[in-house]
Amino acid sequence: MATMTIAKAINEGLRASLKSNPKSLLMGEDIGHLGGVYRVTDGLIKEFGADRVVDSPLAESGIVGTAIGLALRGYFPVCEIQFDGFVYPAFNQITTQLAKIHARSHGRLTVPVVIRIPYGGGIGSIEHHSESPEALFAHTAGLRIISPSNAHDAYWMIQKAIECQDPVIFFEPKRRYWLKGEVDVENAGLSEDPFKAHVVREGTDATIVAYGPLVPVALAAANAAIEDGRSIEVIDLRSISPVDFDTVEESVKKTGRLIVAHEAPTFGGIGGEIAARISERAFLHLEAPVIRVGGFHMPYPVAKVEEDYLPDIDKILEALDRSLAY
Amino acid sequence: MGSTQLPPGTDETLAATSAAVAASGEPVEMVQLLGPDGKLGTDPVFSDYAKRIDPEKLRVFYADMARIRRFDQEATALQRQGELALWVPLTGQEAAQIGSAHASQPQDYIFPTYREHGVALVRNVDLAELLKQFRGVSNGGWDPRGNNFHLYTLVLAAQTLHAVGYAMGIQRDQKLAVAGDSNDPKAAVIAYFGDGASSEGDVHESMVFAASYDAPVVFFCQNNHWAISVPTEVQTKVPLANRAKGYGFPGIRVDGNDVIAVHAVTEWALEHAREGRGPVLIEAYTYRVGAHTTADDPTKYRELAEEAAWREKDPLERLEKYLRTEGLADEAFFEQVQADGDELAKYVRSTTHGLEVPDIRDSFANVYAEAHPLIAEEQAWFEEYSAGFEADQEAAN
Repeated sequence: MATMTIAKAINEGLRASLKSNPKSLLMGEDIGHLGGVYRVTDGLIKEFGADRVVDSPLAESGIVGTAIGLALRGYFPVCEIQFDGFVYPAFNQITTQLAKIHARSHGRLTVPVVIRIPYGGGIGSIEHHSESPEALFAHTAGLRIISPSNAHDAYWMIQKAIECQDPVIFFEPKRRYWLKGEVDVENAGLSEDPFKAHVVREGTDATIVAYGPLVPVALAAANAAIEDGRSIEVIDLRSISPVDFDTVEESVKKTGRLIVAHEAPTFGGIGGEIAARISERAFLHLEAPVIRVGGFHMPYPVAKVEEDYLPDIDKILEALDRSLAY
Repeated sequence: MGSTQLPPGTDETLAATSAAVAASGEPVEMVQLLGPDGKLGTDPVFSDYAKRIDPEKLRVFYADMARIRRFDQEATALQRQGELALWVPLTGQEAAQIGSAHASQPQDYIFPTYREHGVALVRNVDLAELLKQFRGVSNGGWDPRGNNFHLYTLVLAAQTLHAVGYAMGIQRDQKLAVAGDSNDPKAAVIAYFGDGASSEGDVHESMVFAASYDAPVVFFCQNNHWAISVPTEVQTKVPLANRAKGYGFPGIRVDGNDVIAVHAVTEWALEHAREGRGPVLIEAYTYRVGAHTTADDPTKYRELAEEAAWREKDPLERLEKYLRTEGLADEAFFEQVQADGDELAKYVRSTTHGLEVPDIRDSFANVYAEAHPLIAEEQAWFEEYSAGFEADQEAAN
């Protein structure tokens, strides 16, 4: 068992994939000699060469569009988009092409492209460096979207994403890049299926669902709730599309209460989808309406006030109070 | 005079500079071998490539151009009769498509836009399958791997990037093949797009990537002069072929109504690409004689005289003149071509009527390559919902 940061775990996961699959390759701006602006690809160009770790021109549509062509030729490209807010120039290629080629070809063609996007706020950065655009992609059929919250998952989920025959968007919680954790490189364990949610803390009074950067926040809130004598279950969703509703439903049938927390704006977000589905599936088990905790309906605010925007322990506890008051 | 008065002499300098800059955007020379008069000329570079085309091949060019024009007429008629939702005519562009497609080899992969019916014909795509998309029974139709002819793409220029990525894959395959000692023939990619698509950012990015990695790709732009109602002049201030210089690879303008020149130029470009010398841009200077699609009305935006002038340059007529003058084809040949065209039209008409409407279950099956719980859940709901109607039906009986 090795201890490493999430950034290092992704790096090791990429290394393992590059080693085991001669047709896998990485593409993106600055990912070669610089090792990426977050150094996630550090050292890989030295080990695998410039054909496998491609420093690409600065063109997001070009990165994803050429990755599609490489996948059509039998390759497994992993694209890095430097920051969440820079994915939009590639939005056309992702939603009109990448997501649809398998369907348009009646299943004859597959495009196993992975798109890595460091996402989310909390790093005090400037505009377009802190966004959570996952719902924009989740609405498009044909894409799979996952987001690890810890090093072990990061190591295995990136490898599973590359093996997957479907296109996968891999949202990396950038403010957790330096979060250390134990990684079992021998045994994937629950990470064997990256599209399944994990119950990371068991409880009986309410369920909190979170993913990516908010999982540690949800766990901290659950710990704080002990002081008030409350037993809170926490689910790490891991997969944003598809959502593992079965695991969430099972938990809600036990606790009767559900809070969904994510950084993205609540309006039109994944939280609303989970609330609606769980209301349909477990209406008679719910003791309170599903409550969402998320961002406001505004452009991601300037860094100096982002703490007021981001879901934190207090906001989740406030939601718990409201839920338990029913 | 305000405070922005220019220093003495500046306006003249400006005028002279502007004239020089404008001159640099004057039309490039156009490669032409077979003129509108049906006479074969010479070209210092490409005559050698034209010499490779034997009389039998010329007859195939003519037959294919005539067949695809006949197909185009039939598809237009089918649309008018309500059998197709839309049709995208190619009449006028037969030489650009047939000439370039015949220059490709089976191992080359082709990414079309949505008007490349002539290329599809040469790549042996069943034209009835090609009509599936226009009849609304498929968003694709044929097996792209069967003919190395990709599906049509309605989002303009998206495929130019796929073409470059695919070409980058070919480069990698060659490196892996060297290691594994493979005898696979060298391959290249052709990306077809139009003058309208040339304004899309993806064309720019595809050319940047192709140049950066010397990808074996030939960009084949059919400049048919009209992007629906917007003329080429609004898309570009310089000849499109000139743009290649800015990316650092060769650009050639060819008479797109001259099947011999198109074939010669494309064959050279593909060899150039296959041999690892990098990309080439070909601008086939041609004209879309008909409407953009059957939903379009060209009389609203262009002069009939312009169409008439281009009809004088018709690609079929000029090759017919040449074949007859040189005694390379007799009357029986032309009669046979016409009979083959009628046969094709008959086939297309009968198979179109017979194209099966798919079951929506096929759509559930192909959203994802791997199992997906949401798809399974929605399909199960649909089955139950449908079964309810069947039960009602049985009860009524």
